[in-house]
Amino acid sequence: MARREDLGFRLATGAFALVLILIVCAIGFELTRQSMLSIRKFGLNFWRTETWDPVSGEFGALPFIWGTLYSSILALLIATPIAIGIAVFISELCPAFLRQPLVFLTELLAAIPSIVYGLWGIFVLVPFVRRLEASTPDVLRHTPMFSGPPLGVGMLAAAIILAIMVIPFTSSVAREVLRSVPAAQREGAYALGATRFEAIRAALFYARTGVIGSIMLGFGRALGETMAVTMVIGNNPRVAASLFAPQYTMSAVIANEFTEAADPLYLNALIEIGLVLFIITLIVNALSRLLIWSMARSATRTVPVAAAVETAA
Amino acid sequence: MKRTISLAALSVAALSAALGAQTMRITGGGATFPNPIYSKWFSEYNRLHPDVQINYQSQGSGFGIQQLTQQTVFFGASDGPMTDEQLKAAPGPIMHLPTVLGAVVPVYNIPNLKADLKFNGTVLADIYLGKITRWNDPAIAKLNAGVTLPAIDITVVHRSDGSGTTYIWVDYLSKVSPEFKSKVGVKTSVNWPAGVGGKGNEGVSALVTQTPGAIGYVELIYALQNKISYGSVQNMDGEFVKASVTSVTAAAASAAANMPADFRVSITNAPGKGVYPISSFTWLLLYQDPKDKAQAKTMVDFLKWALKDGQKYCADLGYAPLPANVVQMEMNALAKIKVG
Repeated sequence: MARREDLGFRLATGAFALVLILIVCAIGFELTRQSMLSIRKFGLNFWRTETWDPVSGEFGALPFIWGTLYSSILALLIATPIAIGIAVFISELCPAFLRQPLVFLTELLAAIPSIVYGLWGIFVLVPFVRRLEASTPDVLRHTPMFSGPPLGVGMLAAAIILAIMVIPFTSSVAREVLRSVPAAQREGAYALGATRFEAIRAALFYARTGVIGSIMLGFGRALGETMAVTMVIGNNPRVAASLFAPQYTMSAVIANEFTEAADPLYLNALIEIGLVLFIITLIVNALSRLLIWSMARSATRTVPVAAAVETAA
Repeated sequence: MKRTISLAALSVAALSAALGAQTMRITGGGATFPNPIYSKWFSEYNRLHPDVQINYQSQGSGFGIQQLTQQTVFFGASDGPMTDEQLKAAPGPIMHLPTVLGAVVPVYNIPNLKADLKFNGTVLADIYLGKITRWNDPAIAKLNAGVTLPAIDITVVHRSDGSGTTYIWVDYLSKVSPEFKSKVGVKTSVNWPAGVGGKGNEGVSALVTQTPGAIGYVELIYALQNKISYGSVQNMDGEFVKASVTSVTAAAASAAANMPADFRVSITNAPGKGVYPISSFTWLLLYQDPKDKAQAKTMVDFLKWALKDGQKYCADLGYAPLPANVVQMEMNALAKIKVG
């Protein structure tokens, strides 16, 4: 009897898992089907041409792919150290009475709707970034990274707002991961004569797959974020290296133009942007899985604490 | 337990009785620009005729055209007329009915400027093409004799979201500048050669008010409601006209003389005295031979009311009412809709 219940349970949960796979496949299929016109017309060129001209029906996704990856990677570079710092402080160093309020505050950041971030971005962050850009020394202004007029809106503002939005996600997960590190790891480190810093490094090293996972979660969130980004990025589909230049992202162009796209090719091209975003998200997730998997594999071969303490010393 | 169930059943019965089997529900969707006045009309009309409920989803002109073509809504609404191609794709002939008028105005941010600026079509087109890049450009100075224009860069701001506002703006610029027409063209979203995009009227106006040297374009209603000052534009007769309910209606009246039978007309750059050149109709879209005759009859009744009595709500909301001769033409057109 018990065995039969077991089987039923297994089948039921298996069916739910299958639904998930089916949904992902259905999304991929539907996105492809609905963008056939554009796929047939532009083929692979869609991925590498820079023109986005709804009037003449020329569509290329490169500026949007560029803008999405550029802003997300920048956001990750800003957010990761801060988020990990927050996680380490809360889980390792924080006095007990401060812990709950801090956890609550980081979680509160995650609960703010992105349109609110966007409005804050327009009225507070963008003027601040404009002043920052205007006060950049001329020597820097001649380098490609900082060229162009100080508009305020642009890549820099988008990256900063994305970083702020990503921090609570990364730090919450990293904090939980750190808390799940067995006490024996830290005790072992102390027993070997490690300082507090070295013991925390050992714990971080032990939890590294989870920490990388938390960073990738933040990256995934940055890739798909729409409303706040479109409000501050300047929405100009040009590939540019400059942090000051107005640029555009994939999700932003879909949100901006979808409702007014009345002819079939235009609509198909927008849906294909969705397909491209879907594929890029899959690739990013697959890569992060691979990274975590390879780290987990190498982890079984080393003794983490000893290695960490060794490198720290 | 039993009592709760019977109570629930009773209240459901009461509710359905109150709503009545006769309640006529009509769903439409489309342009966001006329949404304030449409909402006003539907609620006022519902007060007069409690059995009629019209539900409007303001999700954009493109949405309205698509949903109407797929017959998922009973009527559509658009800020730009449907193209011949779009009309061909629809399962039946579609009628365009102008409902109200709107205008698009240039807004700018020049520190310490006292007077309102004057523009003409070529200057606006060249600014949006990225050819005029500084405020003290001779072309701008020539139109604004006596105004000291600073030597600062122009930051061009446009809409990032697809919008009827953009459609009207580029429709005008394409009419006055052949170069703009060939390089950019007319659509609800275009490939802008210059500038940054703000989302919605509020996004554009935020960018303009924050950036010294910026120029942008917003709907007249938005500028009026938010007390943003805007420039005047030279019309075909050479006058510099500021957009207002009067000057926009003048544009419609001037265009009415040559109104085509299907009402698909652009009234940007219309000739005539006192005409504001960046004006446009907004249209309601209906099948000429709708499937549901009862809904069709209700809709025609509603439109007759909206085109006559409904026009009095225009001024309060910042829209320009239709000129009388256009209303008359539409009344004749409404008679052609098959309601039985």
